[in-house]
Amino acid sequence: MSSAPLYAAAGVALFLIGLHALVWQRHLVRKIIAVNVMGSGASLLLVALGHAGPGATDPVPQAMVITGIVVAVSATGLALSLTLRLARASGQVELPRPRDDDR
Amino acid sequence: MTVWPGALPCCVALPLAGAVLAFLLPRRVVAVGLCAALATAAGSALVVANVTAGGALRYAIGGWGAPLGIELAADGLSALMLAATAAVGLAVSVHARDYLLAAPAAPKAFWPLWLFLWSALNALFLSADLFNVYVTLELMGLSAVALVALAGGAAALAAAMRYLLVSLLGSLGWLLGVSLLYHATGTLDLELMAARAPHGLALAVPFGAMTAGLLLKTGLFPFHAWLPPAHGSAPAPVSALLSALVIKASFYLLLRLWFALPPHGDGLALLLGVLGAAAALWGSVQALRQRRLKLLVAYSTVAQLGYLFLAFPLGTELAWRGAVYLALSHALAKGAMFLAAGCVTSRGGDDDIGRLDRVAQGMPLTLAAFALAGISLAGLPPSGGFVGKWLLLQAAFEQGQYQWAVVLLAGGLLTAAYVFRVIGHAFMQSPGAAVRGAPGTMQWAALLLAFGAVALGFLAPWAAPLLDGVVP
Repeated sequence: MSSAPLYAAAGVALFLIGLHALVWQRHLVRKIIAVNVMGSGASLLLVALGHAGPGATDPVPQAMVITGIVVAVSATGLALSLTLRLARASGQVELPRPRDDDR
Repeated sequence: MTVWPGALPCCVALPLAGAVLAFLLPRRVVAVGLCAALATAAGSALVVANVTAGGALRYAIGGWGAPLGIELAADGLSALMLAATAAVGLAVSVHARDYLLAAPAAPKAFWPLWLFLWSALNALFLSADLFNVYVTLELMGLSAVALVALAGGAAALAAAMRYLLVSLLGSLGWLLGVSLLYHATGTLDLELMAARAPHGLALAVPFGAMTAGLLLKTGLFPFHAWLPPAHGSAPAPVSALLSALVIKASFYLLLRLWFALPPHGDGLALLLGVLGAAAALWGSVQALRQRRLKLLVAYSTVAQLGYLFLAFPLGTELAWRGAVYLALSHALAKGAMFLAAGCVTSRGGDDDIGRLDRVAQGMPLTLAAFALAGISLAGLPPSGGFVGKWLLLQAAFEQGQYQWAVVLLAGGLLTAAYVFRVIGHAFMQSPGAAVRGAPGTMQWAALLLAFGAVALGFLAPWAAPLLDGVVP
């Protein structure tokens, strides 16, 4: 019995936990962390599914995860710098309610 | 003519090189940007010419083909998207040159980001590899968000932040689906995947995750809440890019996904059709209620996107052709509308619709651009919008599904209503002094793009054969 299904399930759980936090947390830094947790979940799932058995590991998912990490780093950097500028401009680290900036 | 697949990587590499150069040479940024834009458009034209002459092309990067390497592929649909991107891209580049003069720091950030965005769009349209598509989706999303933030100010920054979170969530949905599909089929190449298509849950779960992610990024009702603030508060040339091209890219992927791996049963297709109909009506009503011109145009995007989704429940070749044609003409028309709105705001004017009466005297070309683009949006003949709607209507009648035809016709009337609301204001006799006109190049860029949207109706006989064999 390999431990791959366990890792895959953990990946899905992380993805869902992150999704929940992204939707319900109001603080922007928490939302950014939530996106990162979701990304880690997806990566974990990728690697776990690529692990076919002892000694047989598919390299493609690992290459994909490395690329995904690079993407996540740049996205997090952009998100954090936007958050800083938003905090300076509006004085709060939350998104305004959708209706406020609508018209 | 001889077929040259090397044109495919050029479409990605030229804007990428231009972006890096523009970043490195901040003092010559406008010249570098315009040269790169011209070169990229030429590369896209080359691909279109090759595909028209010789059919679908494939190019293995570095000589490594699928399944080991990453391939670029161009067929008729990619060629049409490349062409629309090049047309809107050129007009926006010309327009932005003058629009950004007001903010001295803006060009240094705009040109590299816009060329990165162009590179990502072209790469997305040419990718045959699903993970490559994920990377291009993220590149596109990140550069688009940064472009929105260029406007500065709390409202634009909040809109950019909301857009970024939605965009990341959408890409993660896509990534999750890609990893599950890779596990089920052992390949990332869409064509190979279609041949080994999985069944049951192994298809339904990734398909659902990817479709949901793309709907979020496309801004289909009820996932549209991020769209009007982002498109409405960005600088006008950026709004044109977002509304015309960026949301079309995720719609294009949705089409590719549905063509390659058609879902079993038509429950999901019906749901998309209902959401599309709701978007068309709700977006139009919201557009009618707006006081600011750019928000009116942004809500019109929400509405026009709805029509594209009416093709899913119909599902015939005719309907898909109609949706593609409607997407192309919306790209040109909406690009022209936002550029026209940019002409109104460029000289410190506000875009309050009630005060547009002062614009008509100062900028007749801008008004003409807005009116022509409106004709295409409302679907009046002989515009490109008319051809797209006509194909969709024909498909609806052939299938006896009259409810979608009613949505199309009612939406057309509402579109005409909000377009005439703007034009009517602009024709009223103004008590105050006329607004000083925007530079001619800006107004002509908007007008030529609007002409393109109308002329698309005449180009239909040339464009139709490109879709043979691409749409199911």
